Amino acid sequence: MAETTVAMPDLAYRQAGFTLSPRVDQVGIEERAARFTKRSIKKETKVNGLLLALNMIDLTTLEGKDSEGKVKQMCYKAMHLLDAYPGLPTVAAVCVYPSMVKTAKKALEGSGIKVASVATGFPSGQAPRDVKIRETKFAVQQGADEVDMVISRGKFLEGEYNYVFDEIATIKEACGDARLKVILETGELVTFDKVRKASDIAMYAGADFIKTSTGKVTPAATMPVTLVMLEAIRDFYYKTGKMIGMKPAGGISKAKLALHYLVMLNEILGEDWMNNHWFRFGASSLANDILMQLMKEKTGVYQGKDYFSID
Amino acid sequence: MQTSTINKTAKVPKLEKAQTNGAPKKRLEILKTYKIYIGGKFPRTESGRYYIAENGDKEKLANVCLSSRKDFREAVVAARSAFGDWGSRAAFNRGQILYRIAEMLEGRKAQFIDELIKQDTTKEEAENEVLLSIDRLIYYAGWCDKFQQLYSSVNPVASSHFNFSTPEPTGVVSIIAPQASSLLGLVSVIAPVIAGGNTCIVLASFTKPLCAVTFAEVLNSSDVPGGVVNILTGKVAELASYFADHMDVNALVFCENDADTQKMMQEKASLNIKRVVLYNKINWLTENGQSPYFIMDTQEIKTTWHPIENIGGAKAGY
Repeated sequence: MAETTVAMPDLAYRQAGFTLSPRVDQVGIEERAARFTKRSIKKETKVNGLLLALNMIDLTTLEGKDSEGKVKQMCYKAMHLLDAYPGLPTVAAVCVYPSMVKTAKKALEGSGIKVASVATGFPSGQAPRDVKIRETKFAVQQGADEVDMVISRGKFLEGEYNYVFDEIATIKEACGDARLKVILETGELVTFDKVRKASDIAMYAGADFIKTSTGKVTPAATMPVTLVMLEAIRDFYYKTGKMIGMKPAGGISKAKLALHYLVMLNEILGEDWMNNHWFRFGASSLANDILMQLMKEKTGVYQGKDYFSID
Repeated sequence: MQTSTINKTAKVPKLEKAQTNGAPKKRLEILKTYKIYIGGKFPRTESGRYYIAENGDKEKLANVCLSSRKDFREAVVAARSAFGDWGSRAAFNRGQILYRIAEMLEGRKAQFIDELIKQDTTKEEAENEVLLSIDRLIYYAGWCDKFQQLYSSVNPVASSHFNFSTPEPTGVVSIIAPQASSLLGLVSVIAPVIAGGNTCIVLASFTKPLCAVTFAEVLNSSDVPGGVVNILTGKVAELASYFADHMDVNALVFCENDADTQKMMQEKASLNIKRVVLYNKINWLTENGQSPYFIMDTQEIKTTWHPIENIGGAKAGY
């Protein structure tokens, strides 16, 4: 099969280069991340924060047992989070496997909710490049608005940065108009230095979003690792003027934690990023917890899972 | 090579007599910190509030946590997550664990008697109360795998179904324990609830909280999974409404003879149709304080219609 030609990024990008990724101060990052959890957010501010977080969710089902029925049910939930609470926003997108994109697209017709598809041999990324390109093209052709790709962590850890860079650039080209989220799988990269380097590679190679995890590896998203990536986005923005989105995914299941992430986002990247075009939560059970907190604020009574839809 | 700068032969200076003014040193007593019990752990109250428990002689007994609604909220989460495992355990195993609680309590009799005496009980009464508490646990340990047979039934129906009803645990139960009793009342309301496979959050006696916290230590060392019993200390007036209106609580046990609070709790419990159990005039010291009916108070009857070919093989029918 013919190699797809890779579009060369601007010279400016290349000169800024990911080989110059700064080292990360681990202790400093962890302390800073911990401080974001100390803000007191109450009453209306809390409700507004929760509504915003709800609107940033990529409702996700990525399991071998996914069926059309399951995906349709999740799409219905994406549109009707809680009918007993009028005026709720919808989630940002649903995230499924390529084979389910068509089903999801049809189920969400007219709702404005985007369909994201994972691709490139998710979750391991251990597939030949031409298969990855085909899978990406298939997902886009089926109607995916966004593609979540995984990087080849094996190659990255071997130090084959050019390989990873080329791969992302190739997939970006295969995406066409679809926005590309690049999953670094930070749980497998282990150190913050590597996370920072992988973030830089992904952004310079053309990612629209960088995303922490597949959700299949522990640890998934944590606040410190997200902070490292947000700082990479900030530095990239100062250098190139280009905004990049951020998506922490996996392990964020509590409303309170989501609010901590929003605080961090606001303080590192600022208000321009405080919407679902530039920030997403990859989660499945977070939505219900947010709904329970919203109902608690509305009724004054602690809520129970029995009265909310099953994820 | 590095040389050590520590001179090993130097003498450690001895404490001079002058420092204690010649008097023999008095040892500082290590007083117990009475904390609450949530999810198998002993945290302090989230609120950071405490009250001083006193006895009739105005003697200060302990600093006790004044639990807040958020402590209760955490306890409900713990109880809910413990319910799946506890409720589906073999009834026989629950019996073993209740028996184990009794064993551990037996081993710590002296401490409970001591605490009861501190809280204005005579020595004789204290001994009696502790022994009765142990016996009560044994009593319910025995019932764990037996009450189901008593209260189950096979029901006659007019179709080809084998129709039977059995009791099943209600779920998470919030309990406001008898306020006048430190140990026996507490044990008498917890035991039937967990014997039936429920998990619970208990508000201990406000004026006599010592035994409740020590009982939590007994639970913690007797194979009771974390979260099955959660014990809070604090004010009934402050927490009662949360005990009644939390949507993730399935039943409510209230032991005070207080009509206004009873009414309020019944109203709030109606939000998610909780089972409300009121024990207002029970003397826990007597035989009336124990019965398998107390287990049934927090059980649901589940009826199953099992299709069969023909139930009246010998034309007996049901």
